[in-house]
Amino acid sequence: MTNRPKRVTLFIQCIIDSCFPDAAWAMVRVLEKQGVELVHPKDQTCCGQPAFNAGYRQEAARLAERFLDVFEDAEAIVCPSGSCVNMVRHHYAELFEHQPRLLARAEAVAAKTWEFTEYLVDVLGVTDVGAFWKGQVTYHDSCHLLRGLGVADQPRALLRQVRGLELVEMTRSDECCGFGGTFAVKYPEISEALLETKLANVQSTGAETVTGCDMGCLMHMQGMITRRGLPIQVRHIAEILAGEER
Amino acid sequence: MNSPEDYRSSAGKAAADTRLHSALAKMRDKVGRNALNLYTQVDAQADPRLKAKDVRRKVVNNLDVVLTSLAAKITGRGGHVHFAPTDLDAVEYCLGVARRHGVRRVVKGKSMLSEEIGLNAAFEAAGIETVETDLGEYIVQLKGETPSHIIAPAIHYSREQVGELFAEKLGEPYTSDPPTLTAMARKALREKMLTAEMGVSGGNTACAETGHVTIVSNEGNIRMSSTMPRVHVVLLGIEKVAATLEDHDVLLRMLTRAAAGQKISTYVSYVGGPRLEDEPDGPEEFHLVLVDNGRTRILGDPDFREVLHCIRCGCCLNVCPVYLKIGGHSYGTPYCGPIGAVFTPLTRGVNECHHLCQGETLCGACKQVCPVDNDLPRMLSLLRAKLADGDPRWNVRPQSRGTKAAFAAWAWIMSRRPALDLLLRLGRAVQRLLPKPSGWIRRLPGPLSGWTRGRDFPPLAKESFTERWARTRGRKA
Repeated sequence: MTNRPKRVTLFIQCIIDSCFPDAAWAMVRVLEKQGVELVHPKDQTCCGQPAFNAGYRQEAARLAERFLDVFEDAEAIVCPSGSCVNMVRHHYAELFEHQPRLLARAEAVAAKTWEFTEYLVDVLGVTDVGAFWKGQVTYHDSCHLLRGLGVADQPRALLRQVRGLELVEMTRSDECCGFGGTFAVKYPEISEALLETKLANVQSTGAETVTGCDMGCLMHMQGMITRRGLPIQVRHIAEILAGEER
Repeated sequence: MNSPEDYRSSAGKAAADTRLHSALAKMRDKVGRNALNLYTQVDAQADPRLKAKDVRRKVVNNLDVVLTSLAAKITGRGGHVHFAPTDLDAVEYCLGVARRHGVRRVVKGKSMLSEEIGLNAAFEAAGIETVETDLGEYIVQLKGETPSHIIAPAIHYSREQVGELFAEKLGEPYTSDPPTLTAMARKALREKMLTAEMGVSGGNTACAETGHVTIVSNEGNIRMSSTMPRVHVVLLGIEKVAATLEDHDVLLRMLTRAAAGQKISTYVSYVGGPRLEDEPDGPEEFHLVLVDNGRTRILGDPDFREVLHCIRCGCCLNVCPVYLKIGGHSYGTPYCGPIGAVFTPLTRGVNECHHLCQGETLCGACKQVCPVDNDLPRMLSLLRAKLADGDPRWNVRPQSRGTKAAFAAWAWIMSRRPALDLLLRLGRAVQRLLPKPSGWIRRLPGPLSGWTRGRDFPPLAKESFTERWARTRGRKA
C-alpha cells in the first residue's frame, strides 16, 4: 500500500492497559515488525463505552470529548479492541448528535480509528505477519466487532497465514458470550448460561486455544475457564500474531 | 406483569432449563439463523430489509391518512371500524358487540394484540366462553398460561407434555404422535367453531388501498373462525397497515419468511367486511378495531418511532441469546424477546420495566435479522439513558442515585490519568487481600459479586501498559 501512515497512535483499551498489558505489547511487536512507528499518548484512559452501554451518556460524553482532545492529532489510531473502536466510530456520533462542532471532530477521529486486525488487513494490506503458533485455534466473533464494524474475514485471514496454526471454526462463533458490560454483573444467571454455551461450542472444536479481537469477551471466557479448570487457553489475537518459532 | 425481582428469579430458573433451551434451539436453527438466506429470495441484489424498512417508515409517518383510507374502504363495504385509544376501550367495544348479539361463545384466531389488551380475561369475566383455535394458543389456554413466543406460543412444551395435557383436559387416550394430537385438537375445536356466535382474529398486516386486513396461518383455523360465526371482529394495531398493495406484498413476503421460514404461509386470509350478496360465506357483521394503546405516544418521539415499524414476526426472539436461554415467560409481558424489551417499557412505563431495558447484552443479533432492519439495540441503549438520568417527557425517574454516583466518580477518575494510576496502585494493594486460588480473583465484594458468582475475575497486572511504556519508551517520544 502506498498511502500507509508512517505513524500509528496506540489506543489501548482500559482493560488491556490495566489487566492484560501483554496483549498490547504483542500488538506493538506485530505493528513494529511492519515498520510502523508507534506513539502512545500518556494521558489516555477509557473511551467511555462502559458508561454509554449502561445508559450514563453524560459521563460517556465527558470521556468521549476527552478522547478527542487526546487523539485528535493522530495520523491513524489503532486499538486492540473491536468494541472500543465501535464506540468511537459509531456511538460518538450519537453522543454529539446535537453538538455540531463536537460531532465534526468526532467524525474526523472516527474516520482514522481502526481495530488492530482491520488496520493490518485493510490499511496495511498484510495478511502474513510472519507468525508461528503451534496447534489448533478457534476464533470467537465478538458482537460489536462483527455487527458494528463488520470485521470477520480480517482476523481469519491473518490466522490462516500463521505457520503451524490450524484454524478450526466453532458452531455459532457469532453468538454472544454473555458479557455485555454491567449485564454480566447484574444478571449473572443469564450471562453464565450464555457463556456455558459459548464454552461448550469452543470445547467441541477440540482446539486447545480460543482467540478473538476483544479482551472483554476473552476475559469473560477465561473467567469461567479458570473457575472450572477447563483445558482451554485464551489468547488475544495479537498474542498469536506475535508468536515466534521456538 | 413480572416485577424486576420476578424477572431475575424466573430468568435464573429458565437459564438452567436445558429442555427449554433445546426446544428454543429448534426455532433458532430452523427460522432464526435461516432468515437472512430466505430474504435473498425476495431480492438477491438489493437488501430487501431496507426496502421493507422504507415501506414501513413511509406508512408510519402517514398513519392518519392511511388509516382513514383503510377505514373508508371497510365502512363502504358495510363493515364497522372503531378506533380504540386504550386497551380498556378496545375490550369494552368487543364486549359491547358480543352483548348486542347475545354471544355465549367466541372462537379466536391467534392475536398478540388480544393478549396486550387482555381480551380473553374480560370475555371470561363476562361469562363468554373464549376458545383459542390456533393449536399452540389452544395448548397454552388449556394449560392456563400465556404464549411464550410471539409466533410459536407453546414452543416451551414437548409433544409428550401436550399428550398428557390432552389426555387430562380432553379425555383422550395418551399419545405423543403429533398428527394424532392435531386431530384431537381439530375435533374439539371444530365443535366450538360450528357453535360460536362470534369470531375474533388479529391482523398481521392490512392494505389501505384495497381495504382489507391480512391474516396468515398454517392451520386453516382463521378461515373457519372468520367465516362461520355470525359476527367477526378483527383487532389491528394502528401501525400495522400498508398503504398500497405493492407495499403490502413486500411486507407479506418478508413476514412469512421471518416468522416461519416459509415463502408463504399455508393460508393467507384477506378480510374486509361482512359477506356480500354474491359471496357464498362470511360473517353477517364485521368489525375492525384499530388499537392505539400507547402507539401514538411512541409515534410522537422520533427516537422511538422506529419500533412501530415492527411487523411482529418474532424473528428477533429466535436469534436473541438471552431469549434462547430464558424463554418468553420470564419477561412476564405479552411481547417478549428484544422487541418486547423495547415496546413494553414504552407502553407500560420505563421505570416499571427497567429490567427489560437492562437485561440484554446489546449483541445486535436482533437488528441483523430483523426483516425491517429495526435498530432495537439503539433503542434499548436510549431507554437505559432515560433510566440513568430520567426524562420528564416519558415520566422516567432516575433509577439509581448510587449507580449514577459511581459512574460520575468513575468518569472523574478516568478524566485524570494520574488519578487512574493512583487507583491502579491502590487496587494492586487491595487485591492482595482477595482470594486467588487459581491466580484470578475468586470473590469480589459488593455489587461486583455478581461477576464472581460463577466466574473468576482478572487481577490487575503488576505494571499497566501505560506505566511500562512511560518507563521504557517515554523519553524517546
